[in-house]
Amino acid sequence: MSSLLSVLRKPIVEGNKSLRDVSDDVIRPLEQKPTKLWWISFLLAFSVLVVGGVAVAYQIKMGIGTWGLNKTVGWGFDITNFVFWVGIGHAGTLISAILFLVRQRWRTSISRSAEAMTIIAVICAGIFPIIHMGRPWLFFWIAPYPNFRGPLWVNFRSPLLWDFFAISTYFTISLVFWYLGLIPDMATLRDRAKSKIKKAIYRVMSFGWNGSTRTWNRYETVYMLLAALATPLVLSVHSIVSMDFATSVIPGWHTTIFPPYFVAGAVFSGFAMVLTLMIIARKVMNYTEYITLDHIEKMCKVIIVTSGIVGIAYATEMFMAWYSVNEYERFVFINRAMGPYAWSYWIMVGCNVLISQLFWFRRLRRTVWFVFLASIFINVGMWFERFVIIVTSLHRDFLPSSWAMYSPTLIELATLAGSFGLFFTAFLLFARFIPFIAIAEVKGVLSYGKHVEKWPQNGGSEKPSVLVKREPQETERPV
Amino acid sequence: MRDLWKANTTGDMMDRRYFLGVFDDENNVVEATRLTRESGYDIHDVYTPYAVHGLPEAMGLKRSRLTWVCLAFAFLGCAAALIAQFWIAGVDWPVNVGGRPFNSLPAYLPVLFECIVLFGGLGVLFTLFIRAKLFPGKQEQLFDPGITDDRFVLAVEEKDAGFDIAAITRLWERYHVLETKQLSEAVA
Repeated sequence: MSSLLSVLRKPIVEGNKSLRDVSDDVIRPLEQKPTKLWWISFLLAFSVLVVGGVAVAYQIKMGIGTWGLNKTVGWGFDITNFVFWVGIGHAGTLISAILFLVRQRWRTSISRSAEAMTIIAVICAGIFPIIHMGRPWLFFWIAPYPNFRGPLWVNFRSPLLWDFFAISTYFTISLVFWYLGLIPDMATLRDRAKSKIKKAIYRVMSFGWNGSTRTWNRYETVYMLLAALATPLVLSVHSIVSMDFATSVIPGWHTTIFPPYFVAGAVFSGFAMVLTLMIIARKVMNYTEYITLDHIEKMCKVIIVTSGIVGIAYATEMFMAWYSVNEYERFVFINRAMGPYAWSYWIMVGCNVLISQLFWFRRLRRTVWFVFLASIFINVGMWFERFVIIVTSLHRDFLPSSWAMYSPTLIELATLAGSFGLFFTAFLLFARFIPFIAIAEVKGVLSYGKHVEKWPQNGGSEKPSVLVKREPQETERPV
Repeated sequence: MRDLWKANTTGDMMDRRYFLGVFDDENNVVEATRLTRESGYDIHDVYTPYAVHGLPEAMGLKRSRLTWVCLAFAFLGCAAALIAQFWIAGVDWPVNVGGRPFNSLPAYLPVLFECIVLFGGLGVLFTLFIRAKLFPGKQEQLFDPGITDDRFVLAVEEKDAGFDIAAITRLWERYHVLETKQLSEAVA
């Protein structure tokens, strides 16, 4: 039996699944009533979201004076959270687009949920700059459109405007990319649905999909094109976010390494969040044969690489501060590592550079509880990275008389918590109503790592891998 | 299935008939498709639960030209972003920012890039929907209820009197066809 399995590659999906098993396994949690665990988590996440909603309503009513910002520290929690959530969003597109282009077929089991995570994270990110505008109901003024105020146009030289274009393009392309992948699965749901209402809803969502190869052919082309467009897009988004800082003249922000440093950090934090979510979901939703230990291990390897890049960036910043002989630059970095916010700097270094080094050990990469714990630490560390960059560069500026400390108010803490509430509420709803795993894509990789005979095989067997080896028959072509 | 739609609405080609073979393995359906086509029959379409590699080639489908559509939309986005930024920042409301020239191309590149991606991506997506006639709420035309689950259906169009059902069935049986059926559009 084992001789029939390839010696080169392990199957991506474990448990010798047939095509129908894949549909059944993935859709089962959607067809059953929600479990108690789901309700508990949903209510918990939703109540945190409500707290955040109240805090947001309050700060919109009262103005952003409810935040702990002062004249010296003009950016605090808001931009920290914004950059954090945008960063989380990067893993989804990396998994769905870049791993697609480089033919990493293990991505199929995690692409759907990682992309959903991306979309939700970008929504969470968008909240913060919109509130920060002060008059969020006028947020559309940032779009260049003909208006009766002059017309007064936007400033195309401002990185904050680039940000608007980058984030909204990123959100749009991620959303349509995700939905395009969803259409065949919606058709599967439609054809399984028993109740008329469900069938009608899925009919609307499945766009009349009927599995035609003529359509598949075009679909695959468009999927590839969107992946090719999303790949530079994902790199551009966090590069542009980093330019919010890098184009300013603040020591600690004004560095050319910011774009690659931010992109690597974003992928790093995004993969940590994917691991956090997947490790829970694969157990709770019974997907351990689809999201296997190998998947977890591969994601840990991505984390080692990106953690290395981030670590080198931290070192480079320090080196450049010393090598530049610029006393303001030097002061900022000494202040970062040894000033009043040194604790946040060392949390950042500990979580992002040191903990992930443990993933060099294969044993630890395959120990689920350890990976889970490490992914939480990395999430925390990457949040602190943004806090360190923003607050420590600002709080002791050029005039010692205006030095100040920053600490968040309860309103800011509640808003941060609320963004997590939104994230988990939306993710739980996604897991409840939309196939968590891309069914059609996983079916396409079922034969991976198995000997599949090229010529007529013993047909009719339910599971194609339980092959009885047959001599290839001679084929005769009818005239 | 657009042909069925056309036949239903315009009333022409009322005698469209298909001969279907249902398979349960991708390798079998690919080989059966290739040999059926090479034997001179018109493959109407092959319906599969996932994108099967090698099937478009076996059917003799050409590479999709949507790539060029994407390129055209990308150029459109590029032109739109360039013109809009030059006109807005250089002509309609020039603002002196730090003494820099009004038409500062390097500063326009980020927005330019995002517009290329946005136009190219959305343009090719909507072209796909139009070309493949996919739209929300469309009534699906399924040749077999298992197509979106685990069945592969090879549909051959019966075009002329020389259509030999027995020969095709013999060929398909070599590839372990589960079921064969004839279908006229009234049934579909």
